[in-house]
Amino acid sequence: MRDTPTALPRVSLQQKLFRLWDSDIAYSFRQSPVTMAAGFVVLLILIGAVFAPLLATQNPFDPSGLNLMDGKTAPMAVNEFTQNSYLLGTDDQGRDILSTILYGSRASLLVGFAAVGLAMLIGVTLGLIAGYRGGIVDSIIMRIADIQLTFPSILVAMLIFGVFRGVLPVQSHATLAVPVLILAIGFSDWPQYARTVRGVTMVERNKEYVQAARVIGLAPLTIMIRHVLPNVLGPVLVIGTLGLALAIIAEATLSYLGVGVPPTQPSLGTLIRVGQEYIASGEWWILFFPSLTLLALALSVNLLGDWLRDALNPKLR
Amino acid sequence: MLAFVLRRLFQAILVMLVVALVSFSLFRFVGDPISVMVGQEATQEDRERMRQELGLDQPFPVQFAAYVGRIVQGEFGISYRVGRPVIDLILERLPATLELAFCAAIFALVFGVGFGVFTALRRARFSSKAIMTFSLIGVSLPTFLIGIGLIYLFSVELKWLPSFGRGQVTDLGFWTTGFLTLSGLKSMVLPAITLGLFQMTLIMRLVRSEMLEVLRTDYIKFARARGLSDRAVHFGHALKNTLIPVITIMGIKLGSLVAFAIITETVFQWPGVGFLFIASVQSVDIPLMATYLLLVALFFVTINLIVDMLYFIVDPRLKSGVALARH
Repeated sequence: MRDTPTALPRVSLQQKLFRLWDSDIAYSFRQSPVTMAAGFVVLLILIGAVFAPLLATQNPFDPSGLNLMDGKTAPMAVNEFTQNSYLLGTDDQGRDILSTILYGSRASLLVGFAAVGLAMLIGVTLGLIAGYRGGIVDSIIMRIADIQLTFPSILVAMLIFGVFRGVLPVQSHATLAVPVLILAIGFSDWPQYARTVRGVTMVERNKEYVQAARVIGLAPLTIMIRHVLPNVLGPVLVIGTLGLALAIIAEATLSYLGVGVPPTQPSLGTLIRVGQEYIASGEWWILFFPSLTLLALALSVNLLGDWLRDALNPKLR
Repeated sequence: MLAFVLRRLFQAILVMLVVALVSFSLFRFVGDPISVMVGQEATQEDRERMRQELGLDQPFPVQFAAYVGRIVQGEFGISYRVGRPVIDLILERLPATLELAFCAAIFALVFGVGFGVFTALRRARFSSKAIMTFSLIGVSLPTFLIGIGLIYLFSVELKWLPSFGRGQVTDLGFWTTGFLTLSGLKSMVLPAITLGLFQMTLIMRLVRSEMLEVLRTDYIKFARARGLSDRAVHFGHALKNTLIPVITIMGIKLGSLVAFAIITETVFQWPGVGFLFIASVQSVDIPLMATYLLLVALFFVTINLIVDMLYFIVDPRLKSGVALARH
């Protein structure tokens, strides 16, 4: 918005908010209780994750703050040794489950958002180029996307993760796990965006406003970014939201399988992996609450995605 | 038809070559193969000589051609982790994965089509609505959570079914099967449901929407007008036409069964190829990863080919379309 001429009447923040509240999308949001509930859940987990250090009663991954005597306390029960009580109980190390979930959602959401961002960046760029240029460039990009789409993305992510492990020195595996995971999931998901963006771009390319832009001598890059890109953002946003749910699940799955983040900075998937060990011995809460959080998060993001798809589709209005 | 098959075959070979290139690059560029093979005390000359013997000083295309030549002959290299030929390791564990995927596919198909038809025909029933809602939750549930949930319910609480392993298996020489013993069959139930559940919901939703569409068409009305029984109309006319898209989706999704088998096998400690693959990723066992990639690609490409062929058999319109084009 840097190059907006100053002569335009300035819109106050209040007016902007009112416009947002009055828009069609906000209206359809207010009309759907399920969507509002989903939005509330996502917001709640998001706030919990962002402000985890402030909200959590302890830093569960700082060994000095833990008391082993607190271990395996049931939710809401009083520990027989320390007389402490925890809302969601503790694990075998005496970590407060609520705190581990707050920190765990942090890792899950960080990887999820960053991976979707990366997939979007690669997919939209390649899709724009393929759709706008056409010809051989288009064929090459799309064949690569086709081949990658033959494989389930989780498999591609695992392979990329394995390759990075082989390339990077062993001592950096733990510290670089999160960036590697983001790259792995991001790279495994780009073809979807590329396909959609290419399709829309091919339609937009032949419209008059693009031809006009071309006639006045704008560079292809400028046309792609300033004129075509805004028109492909709608579908990209929908795929992105649904993709966020998939990325969160992918991250949880990889961490659960032991090819994700290390136990020292766990995500929800790692917590579930750890919790599964206590499934037979009766400490159900170690497994149950992280699973419930993951489930609520994935389901809510999915519902938001579905709603967004319908809200942005004028045919359904 | 022949031209179509040849074109598809050509595409399939192209895909396989690209995948071989990726898997060769894994070998060549991830870690130094020489330092993996020789010890710490090897001299520079030893390394150079070995490099020459293995042909690693040759240009990239020559090396790649040699690699393709080797894999065509069934030489996939030796596992860094276990020190045995990777192809042996994979073949040993393949029966477990194939039996699991087979049972999951059967489960998905039978229950998916069954529930799909039921919810389409009895749309207003409470049970139909319950199934649809359940399927929506099933789609957003990660596979491993389904597995853990089933273990908790049926193994920990009810103690009906085992929670891990394959049970007792019978060795048939070239194949180990869990189908011949009671414990083997019991061990199959939970993993097969876990693996098949997602595909089941997918098939169910597909069958339902296709069925609803087909039931509105004219030929169904005429079939009813001819006085055919409900059963004949629903299953003889409607269901048959619903199955075309189901075959396509099932074919494509059979591939993802293999990928999700990795997750299911880890949850249930099922001694299959996926479990092996996860271990190889954790320990960066490149030969195994590369071979797994190749085999999965081969599997996917073959399935896609078969699905394309099936199209012709199931949908007579395609045959005549090609025939028209030829004349």
